[in-house]
Amino acid sequence: MARYLIRRLLQSLLLLALVSMIAFAILHLAPGGPLAQFLATGNMGQEDVDRLMAQYGLNRPLPIQYLEWAGNLLTGDWGVSYRDQLPVLKKIGMHVGPTLELMVTSTLLAMFIGGLIGILGAVRRHSFFDHLATIGAMVALSIPTFWFGLAIIYVFSVNLGWLPAGNRENIGDGAFLDRLRHLVLPCIVLALVSTAVWSRYMRSSMLDVVNQDYIRTAKSKGVPAMRILFHHALRNALLPMITITGLHVSTLLSGALVTETVFTWPGMGRLFLDSVSNRDYPVVMGMLMFTACMVLLGSLVADLLYSVADPRIKGASK
Amino acid sequence: MNDHNSELKGSHMKRTNNTGDAPMGNLTRRDAVFAGAASFALASLGVTESAHASAPPAKPTGQAILGFSQEVTVLHPLMAASEVDQGVWWNLFSPLWMLDAEGKFVPVLAKAVPTVENGGISADGLTWRVELRRDVKWHDGKPMTAEDVRYSINLIKNPGFRAGNRNGFNIITSVGVEGNHVITWTLKEPYSPLTSMLSWTFIVPEHVLSKNTDPNSPQFAAAPIGTGPFRFVSRKTGDHVLLEANPDYFGKGPSLNRLIFKYVPDLNAMYTQFKTGEIDFIGHQGIPANFYKEATGLAGRRVQAATRAGVENLTLNLAHPVLAEKAVRKALNIAIDRQSICNLVYYGVPKPANNFLTPTHWAANPNLPKPEYDLKKAAAMLDQAGWLRGSDGIRVKNGVRLSFTNSTTTGNQLRAQTQQLIADDFKKIGVEMLIKNLVAAVLWADFWKNSEFDSLMTATTYTIASDPDVTNRFGSGSIPKETGSGANVGRYKNVGVDTLLARARQEYSIAKRKEIYAKVQELINDDLPFLPLFNEVFIEGTKAGLDGYVNNVNARANSWNAANWRWTA
Repeated sequence: MARYLIRRLLQSLLLLALVSMIAFAILHLAPGGPLAQFLATGNMGQEDVDRLMAQYGLNRPLPIQYLEWAGNLLTGDWGVSYRDQLPVLKKIGMHVGPTLELMVTSTLLAMFIGGLIGILGAVRRHSFFDHLATIGAMVALSIPTFWFGLAIIYVFSVNLGWLPAGNRENIGDGAFLDRLRHLVLPCIVLALVSTAVWSRYMRSSMLDVVNQDYIRTAKSKGVPAMRILFHHALRNALLPMITITGLHVSTLLSGALVTETVFTWPGMGRLFLDSVSNRDYPVVMGMLMFTACMVLLGSLVADLLYSVADPRIKGASK
Repeated sequence: MNDHNSELKGSHMKRTNNTGDAPMGNLTRRDAVFAGAASFALASLGVTESAHASAPPAKPTGQAILGFSQEVTVLHPLMAASEVDQGVWWNLFSPLWMLDAEGKFVPVLAKAVPTVENGGISADGLTWRVELRRDVKWHDGKPMTAEDVRYSINLIKNPGFRAGNRNGFNIITSVGVEGNHVITWTLKEPYSPLTSMLSWTFIVPEHVLSKNTDPNSPQFAAAPIGTGPFRFVSRKTGDHVLLEANPDYFGKGPSLNRLIFKYVPDLNAMYTQFKTGEIDFIGHQGIPANFYKEATGLAGRRVQAATRAGVENLTLNLAHPVLAEKAVRKALNIAIDRQSICNLVYYGVPKPANNFLTPTHWAANPNLPKPEYDLKKAAAMLDQAGWLRGSDGIRVKNGVRLSFTNSTTTGNQLRAQTQQLIADDFKKIGVEMLIKNLVAAVLWADFWKNSEFDSLMTATTYTIASDPDVTNRFGSGSIPKETGSGANVGRYKNVGVDTLLARARQEYSIAKRKEIYAKVQELINDDLPFLPLFNEVFIEGTKAGLDGYVNNVNARANSWNAANWRWTA
């Protein structure tokens, strides 16, 4: 087990180094630069741009810039944002909280509802409920998030006035209830699509299991239906879900761009878009490294959990 | 885009104020409608509410949430930054003097604005002497002195400092202090635009910044200390910057206890939050034009079409073989239906423009010809210049097709529609304008500064700190591709304009400067290095009970006077 772990970690480090090189190159070779935002406001001339390029060290050869960045990263210095001068880690820290809050809540909600729908759909295959769930999932997946977000803001905020139209909290309030009220609408928007996705995963995973021989055997032995469902079928059907959840960890942290934009939610998705469109290299690189770490960690944890949950895997990973 | 039609519910107004200590009171809908309509009428007459408002409260009370579609990022007021950043600086820091909404210089940290007449500037225009107020304190309680001003000027001149721009500061040869409250400096040559440049130069604390060996140290930006009406409290990146009243402020105000600069990245979302009352003021870049009519009818809201300093225009690259010819530019200029663009695309909000200065600018020449629209005349001008229609309907001269591209930033629907309208009209006179749009980060880079475009559609502010010295934009020495400096990306050259601009820079008399700039405008209007479309307008608004908003074209964001904003209802 320990050897497996070490091997996986070494592989991950190599992968991270590769990812960072490719990302750094693509980012810096993409046309445009971090000073464009100032040129657009028309208050600077070429001499100012040249001076700032030199001061930021952006006119040096790319490999040298990369080595400097990577060297700093290894000593724990993730750099400073070109835009607001704040340390990259601090910026990521400020955005991870809101994103986790939104993503974890909506994912848990989606997993719970989607899981239930999936199980019921599989058990009562081809029933009216199953068809309804299938159509529902298709509809939910087809609705553009942007439109749905605006629509429920229109109904619940503008018309009915029940819930806020956006933001994470009333600035200066931020009490639990205030936060909760702000969370409801964006959470529903995000959960809608994920519920559809999770219900489909769960349904197909469950279908694989309920047609297995041992389920039939259990049925013929007269084991109660509920016991078969939860004790025999569900446990096996959940195995592939662990992998999916592991891969989903990175999504939890990278945020939901569209929903965050519509609801003015200060999460990772917005930070990434703002940083990319302003070519804020240190922040983009920092976020990429952070997300890459989380993807690798997520899949590693999923694999480990898998071996815990499924005794057949345990032997293979030794 | 979606279209909301509902009326505002009273409950929203109450709800959104519950975080501050200043409720809007029990405003009935009729009151609110009346207040909104009345204020809009006043605003359209050019009357500002502040003149009529009641006396400010004895103690700062309440809070205002100011919505902006750009994030506040740079809190060091001498570094390169965007418009919205300056909107915060006005509240955290103070300049020596400033330009008010009427374009008059008003002293802030200085006791008086130096002129040759009052002796602040020597007769030869080379030595400046400014006396400072004695009652100004930094937010940490230390007194503000002439040393701080000296430090700020020297910081801008410091080659290692990431200053936004150094216009005028490179000709300051030495800075001196006399005692604690008099600052002096000498110039290499007379330079009248310096008064304007200093109106956007916010003074920073020497005692805090000089401790850092690195002039770009991020520490100050994380917790800035100024002399302005509000103090820095906190910031959440991607969300908001929070300021609180500075009880020791030397000037008038502040009347509000807290000021929050809220980043709302999506314009539709920002308008919705203005309607539901989550934000008290909708600023840069305002309400989308398609909602203008609806917004003016909102209960409990005041909405104003605020003319800004920018001019929406087609910047022409005069090195392009087609656009280099003056006759072509003149024909194109009258083949643009500006009124229809303003009415059809921009919902009647902006007004057609014919100049690089806004009509209200003190140096604006009122006698420039009004922009006309005459396709027949345009076609005749091209015929006369020897551009004849080819087999595909596009004109040709000496084997060159009358064709060029136009670029703007992608994602701006209104600009894309405008491009289409213009291209259609151009086609009617045998001119091909192909559309080639780019994302902002690409457009505002080499493409722009190396003049790689044929023509651009952007909003350009030709002045810096509202000074009519447009050398940076139209001087032949300011072409980045040729001289490595400036922002004359259209590569315009006119010796007459150069000479006049140089003369005006050395002239301190406002009346004489005005005369010279009138001639500059005539020359440029005749040469047409750019085709003005309309004056940029932001549709801004406040809750009806929030008084004090004044559109100031001489500040980069209209939170410039938030010290005097207050809740009256």
